[in-house]
Amino acid sequence: MNVKRETTAKPAVMDTLEISEHQATVGHCFSDNAKMTMRNVNVFYGEKQAIFDVNVDIAKNEVIAMIGPSGCGKSTFLRSLNRMNDTVEGCRVEGDVRMDGEDLYAPKLDVVELRARVGMVFQKPNPFPKTIYDNVAYGPKIHGLADTRVDLDEIVENSLRKASLWEEVKERLHQSGTGLSGGQQQRLCIARAIAVSPEVILMDEPCSALDPIATAKIEELIEELSENFTIAIVTHSMQQAARVSHRTAYFHLGRLIEVNPTEQVFTMPEHDLTEAYITGRFG
Amino acid sequence: MNNSMTNLEKIRKSLSRRNRAEGLFRWAGRVAIFLGLMAVVVLFVDIIGKGHGAFRIAYIELDIDYDPEKIGIENLSDPQQLAGADWQALPKAALNKQFPGITSRGDKRSLYGLISNGAGYDLKDRLMANPLLLGDQERVWILTDDDIDTYYKSWLAGEPYAARLSDKQVEWIAELHEHGKIRLQFNANFFTRGDSREPEQAGIRGALVGSLFTLALTLIFSFPVGVAAAIYLEEFAPKNGWTDFIEVNINNLAAVPSIIFGLLGLAIFINFFHVPRSVPIVGGLVLTLMTLPTIIISSRAAIKSVPPSIREAALGMGASKYQMVLHHVLPLAMPGMLTGAIIGMAQALGESAPLLMIGMVAFIVDIPGGFSDPATVLPVQIFLWADSPERAFIEKTSAAIMVLLSFLIVMNASAVWLRKRLERRW
Repeated sequence: MNVKRETTAKPAVMDTLEISEHQATVGHCFSDNAKMTMRNVNVFYGEKQAIFDVNVDIAKNEVIAMIGPSGCGKSTFLRSLNRMNDTVEGCRVEGDVRMDGEDLYAPKLDVVELRARVGMVFQKPNPFPKTIYDNVAYGPKIHGLADTRVDLDEIVENSLRKASLWEEVKERLHQSGTGLSGGQQQRLCIARAIAVSPEVILMDEPCSALDPIATAKIEELIEELSENFTIAIVTHSMQQAARVSHRTAYFHLGRLIEVNPTEQVFTMPEHDLTEAYITGRFG
Repeated sequence: MNNSMTNLEKIRKSLSRRNRAEGLFRWAGRVAIFLGLMAVVVLFVDIIGKGHGAFRIAYIELDIDYDPEKIGIENLSDPQQLAGADWQALPKAALNKQFPGITSRGDKRSLYGLISNGAGYDLKDRLMANPLLLGDQERVWILTDDDIDTYYKSWLAGEPYAARLSDKQVEWIAELHEHGKIRLQFNANFFTRGDSREPEQAGIRGALVGSLFTLALTLIFSFPVGVAAAIYLEEFAPKNGWTDFIEVNINNLAAVPSIIFGLLGLAIFINFFHVPRSVPIVGGLVLTLMTLPTIIISSRAAIKSVPPSIREAALGMGASKYQMVLHHVLPLAMPGMLTGAIIGMAQALGESAPLLMIGMVAFIVDIPGGFSDPATVLPVQIFLWADSPERAFIEKTSAAIMVLLSFLIVMNASAVWLRKRLERRW
């Protein structure tokens, strides 16, 4: 992994209006209460650059939504937060990504630990072809979080409750997780992610494969979860971003164009590109 | 409007042409499958038609007098006496009693030629199992000579083949048949004995056990190595020129004629490492070389078919790569790997060429008792019997092919069954 460290930190609050096009982000990118900070992040797939010079903070217990047209790099950005990009052949991340001040791309950092702290929910529900119980218990088991069977049962129940799935599956914990409906599967994946009590949860278009009712449930869940977790969510649906997030980040062709409180982004976006996107002139 | 009508007409016209083409294609497919099935049917009919006779063999009923004097033995526990005893004298005496008045040397030889020259040893086994018989009499079904067996079967079928029999023998058999003293019995020897120069005493037990030992070793050697190689190449190896090179060469190895692996085994295992020849160990090693590419290729395909979303889920949960492979990829890929292994084993079971090179083609009478006993395998046994001049070996060859084919069918069917059984959907 090729990590270039930027020593010159940017000022904590940027002057939002005097930014030239394609060079820096407009809006409120930074936070005084940052959980994760990214400075001058560039991501490459082989020779092709997917992310250009992104600077943004993710605040504690906030829900930040990433929106933008297809291929704009929002998923790539999300996956650089828990180093899932490591698994992609030829992917290279440059710049400074930190969580609580700790460099996530430091050679000494163990991705296993990082991913226990930064959970992830994927676009397509991907429960393991195991029982519901084993799906949720998997994380605690591999990380050795439960000392006894009773502890484990408790973690599983709590996680399923937090994911509002407990009532629906408590009678069939030992049936296959793949037998659930799509929405239930996705909530199972969320339960699986929160079973290891991560600090941050990354969601990569978690509702794109779900029907509106299942989507509403997940959105409700995201709101509840934001009390305890920091959540970064990539979404194709602007309505969803408007409903669930506190701040919204707009990506365009690999550049982070604007980050602002959600309300502002959808009512009076600062940048022309953002406005063009949310008014449906492209997308 | 006019234009769209003509379009519709054009579509209709082309539709019938397309339907005709599709119908033709379906028929071609059916004909191809029919031809394939016919080939199988012809093969099976031919082999079963030739080989079914080997499962029954002619026996003659004789009154055996266990006379200690005739055998030349008094004490059954004296090994020296046992070794010097003339066991064949027992059935000979019984034949003399059955057909009295035969004095000339030639006729006597003809008479004694009715029975297998191993018949005396069968009687010895009976006597040793029940020592009280010594000095007593008993009516026993005695194994016939292979020429007699062949003649009797052809005679029963209405097309007597008497080329190797004397006129007297033909008469005697007719007489025995009239009195119900000759009959076909289940040929247990075929399944319980090893090879023999005498067709009526030859069995496939030795080759069968040899095949099992060899295959067991092949499986033990090739499955773990093949699966480990496949996992490493699929999940851990960096994708670069080296892995491409290795991949190309694994595919090359799968296409190498098997006799080359035999030569390699001869050069490396026998000449360099001095593994004894003709034993299941070296056979298993050579077949491992041959089976490995098959197992690696099918295991890689099985690993590839595990959806990437499962890998992402495991990695996203903080599983290490090793845990991801062990907990998720391996269990999901296992049915495919096992199927590949079974098909590889079936290939190895039917393989004879490489084993010829490492001495497993030897004539071995004893049934191997372990991995380091000289042994032969089923296909090599078929080769040996097919090469033998005795007419009775023709049906033995076909019978051995039947045994081999039934093992192959069982293995391939279990591969299909296993795949269906363990198949998971996600």
